[in-house]
Amino acid sequence: MSQSLPPQDPKALTEWPLWEVFIRSKQGLDHKHVGSLHAADAAMAMQNARDVYTRRLEGVSIWVVESRHIHASNPDDAAAFFDPAADKVYRHPTFFEVPDSIKHM
Amino acid sequence: MQPDSLPTSTTLPSYSPAVREALLAYVVQLADTSLVLGHRLSEWCGHGPVLEQDLALANIALDLLGETRSLYQYAAELEGQGRTEDDLAFLRPATDYRNPLLVEQPNGDFAATIVRQFVFDNFHYHLLQQLQHKPDERLAAIAEKSVKEAAYHLKWSSEWVIRLGDGTEESRQRVEKALRTLWRYADELTTPTLTEQALQTAGLLPDYATLLPAMQAHTVRVFAEATLPLPEGVVMQQGGKLGRHSEHLGYLLAELQYMQRAYPGMTW
Repeated sequence: MSQSLPPQDPKALTEWPLWEVFIRSKQGLDHKHVGSLHAADAAMAMQNARDVYTRRLEGVSIWVVESRHIHASNPDDAAAFFDPAADKVYRHPTFFEVPDSIKHM
Repeated sequence: MQPDSLPTSTTLPSYSPAVREALLAYVVQLADTSLVLGHRLSEWCGHGPVLEQDLALANIALDLLGETRSLYQYAAELEGQGRTEDDLAFLRPATDYRNPLLVEQPNGDFAATIVRQFVFDNFHYHLLQQLQHKPDERLAAIAEKSVKEAAYHLKWSSEWVIRLGDGTEESRQRVEKALRTLWRYADELTTPTLTEQALQTAGLLPDYATLLPAMQAHTVRVFAEATLPLPEGVVMQQGGKLGRHSEHLGYLLAELQYMQRAYPGMTW
């Protein structure tokens, strides 16, 4: 599994790997991306996240994931990826009549 | 400084004059200890090995400073001479300071700072755990607030002892050197002075012998994981808690107290 991951830049190995940090706030239901940091492993990343990103009572739960595990869409593909959705209004459920008795829609 | 959020009692507990005097001396000793170590850690600010650890060190320094303030405020009330927390921190000479020798030792390299912190945290955490259940309400309240912080400090410094001990050849060499330099100050923490003995007799302080099993168990576990041998046959140094300090404290206080000494009563 780890062999399919992008290889680390050999120069970067003299530094700790980069990690992305996600925090769930007290009211929030989902973990939100708050930033990144360097750490040698997951345990250190967790402590660093606590020290760097929760000093002002920002959160009640932390996720960390090594940045190289995140596969991002290519900005060059943006037109092909996202533009076609712009004129597909029929994908929005706006053509239904909502009965008066239904609240909170 | 702004008043702290901890409750301040208007009526002080009624102790015998001897116990009250011992309590005052002990609260000052605890405050001196947190202040001196907090100041030492603050010297790392902007010099940490990486940004994340720079922040971790500053966080711990601020935790200790918060504890310091609550303690000096209580001491000032116990003393009842109109002195404030600032007077106690900034206007006493080194010979009046009662911190153990360990916390005034210079930062050295990162490994030395970690070893000093580990030895202190292991004592601090286990002390506060018992202190929060002792009958002096103010001291118990301060301990209850600080014990959560101390639990994290101990986790942090323990992890680093393990990483450095079981890390590279260089990191191991440095942590071993730090142990050779700093372990000699460990026993002073758990060797009660006459003041501490008086408070232990009065039931206000835990018997330090009851802290030792948990402290030793933690040290054994951490050192085993760090693959470090436990220090043996070390000749222990004492004196800080009696006001006999190493040369380092004078320099530390000169920097810490400079502004109040040069510009008495200054604020910003």
